[in-house]
Amino acid sequence: MANSCENKKMENELKRQENKMQSKTAQTSTNAQTSTNAGILKGRVFKFGNDISTDLIAPGRYFHLRSNLPELAKHVLEDADPEFAKKIQPGDFVVGGKNFGLGSSREHAPAIIKIAGTGAVLAKSFARIFFRNSINIGLPVLVCDTDKIDEGDILKIDLKNGIIKNETKNIELKFNPLPEVMIKILSEGGLVEHITKNRGFNL
Amino acid sequence: MPKTISEKILGEHAGRDLTAGDIAIVDVDVVMAQDGTGPLAVSRIKKMGFSKVANPTKSIFFIDHGAPSPRKELADSHKVLREFASQSGAKLSDINQGVCHQILAESYVCPGNIVIGADSHTCTSGALGAFATGMGSTDIAVGFALSKTWLMVPHTIKVIFYGKLPAGVYAKDLIIYLIGKITADGATYKAIEFSGSTVESLGMEERFTIANMAVEAGAKTGLFATDTITKDYLDKQGRPDGCYRDIFADDGASYEQSIEIDVSKIEPIISKPHTVDNTKFVRELDKTKIDQVLIGTCTNGRLSDLAIAAKILDGKKIASWVRLLVVPASKDVYLDAIKTGIMEKLINAGATIINPGCGPCVGVHEGTLADGEVCLSTQNRNFKGRMGNPESFIYLSSPATAAWSAVKGYISDPREVLV
Ligand code: SF4
Repeated sequence: MANSCENKKMENELKRQENKMQSKTAQTSTNAQTSTNAGILKGRVFKFGNDISTDLIAPGRYFHLRSNLPELAKHVLEDADPEFAKKIQPGDFVVGGKNFGLGSSREHAPAIIKIAGTGAVLAKSFARIFFRNSINIGLPVLVCDTDKIDEGDILKIDLKNGIIKNETKNIELKFNPLPEVMIKILSEGGLVEHITKNRGFNL
Repeated sequence: MPKTISEKILGEHAGRDLTAGDIAIVDVDVVMAQDGTGPLAVSRIKKMGFSKVANPTKSIFFIDHGAPSPRKELADSHKVLREFASQSGAKLSDINQGVCHQILAESYVCPGNIVIGADSHTCTSGALGAFATGMGSTDIAVGFALSKTWLMVPHTIKVIFYGKLPAGVYAKDLIIYLIGKITADGATYKAIEFSGSTVESLGMEERFTIANMAVEAGAKTGLFATDTITKDYLDKQGRPDGCYRDIFADDGASYEQSIEIDVSKIEPIISKPHTVDNTKFVRELDKTKIDQVLIGTCTNGRLSDLAIAAKILDGKKIASWVRLLVVPASKDVYLDAIKTGIMEKLINAGATIINPGCGPCVGVHEGTLADGEVCLSTQNRNFKGRMGNPESFIYLSSPATAAWSAVKGYISDPREVLV
């Protein structure tokens, strides 16, 4: 799907993501599991089931915190795993089953997953609005066979080449490439950045 | 080439011929956000350096999800929206008006429009033959600023409902049945076109109920062709000439799949906790005691919904242990329900009336459930924690099933009273 020009942009985006990751890692130097080799994400898996809804990710009872995302992020995925927000380290992965992110249009859901430090979300499939929101805010969302990934596994993800290495199980998985439009938005840092830079759409 | 409704509408707005799978930048007609998603949209608009909305008459901020504000943080969010609407030229639909999707249908959307909203149930307006879809705050911020968005033209699933609706079976039962059949992700990324002899005889309010829940099967939008029922509705709403137009799919349009459903085989149905596709006919359900009943929301808070509830509750009392909450979808629905005597019947039966808006639907306020409590609701979604407490249980049904169950105190089949 992606031509070489897009790949180049994707690469830039990966570098950008990774720089971010590095600065986060620096803040939490005790997290030995976050690797920062070029274009590579590495971290530990938090495994969730099928149909993780936006209500489980960003519960409606915290509606009043929606204008305070760092505070809301302390409750991320609370109704699926009450301890998740405390346990996650920068660069770790959220791994779901099918239809991840179903439900509301609240962009706060992917936003707080990202703010919590998640390097990428992996699932067998994503709900449409969640997927689109994630790209718009620069959170990598990868479609792959997550049956082969368990809680606590260590993954090394090569975003550029579409390869997920499950180091714990010593197996390799592939993920589906993104549509070109989305690669372009991601490569420019998100939709706000795309529009600001181009003074409109330039997809 | 013969076209589906989505291909037609999106092609018109892109200024070129489109078929399913194409990606296009399209002009949008109506853009909206609500008080849960609006503040983030406002900050994104500002971040992009815009201070005005591109199309003031059809850009709307709704204050409906936490309205009136239950706490200071939301009051601050509401203030942000009021101030931004006034500065940017956008319209504001404040706390006295009602649920965004109902107001959009009553006052803003015309057949053939593209409608984008920072709310997943924006698909409700598909009942008017508009391509209406939910997106996040950033996409909507761009929509406000530019009156444009990018979209992939969806493949379409054609759903044909045929046959006569049995007594006690309503539009809500049809859509819950469909979602049970195709599952909560059965239509992800797709449009659904609803058609068939049953649909052709349904009123607009019932069509809204069906389109509203298209997203519960993952769909991008749920579309209906327009007809005299659509036109009469728009006329009754006092919408300007030229709002109505014929919208239909071409003969021979290509569908990814067709699903035919004989509605005469459908019975009153519910979704069990915690997913919409966890369906069962009421008849097959074990005895289920309920603590609260909610009749309202953008799915079933319209006049015909309150009317059927009032018909069932007339002269009766709800069970002593049940709280019955009724939320009219809009100010107009509220007034009509008063004028027609519906409200009096509901109140005399024991109902608590809540101001027009989302009410308890999304767990912000007004009817949060206690640990272990069970609610039977006419809303569209029963996810764990949806109504504010992850330790509670939400069942979904039609207003008729909800009203009769409120009387019995257990989830009960409305045919016991209707046939
Ligand atoms: S009534 Fe419920 S589903 Fe409808 S817009 Fe409000 S919160 Fe969303």
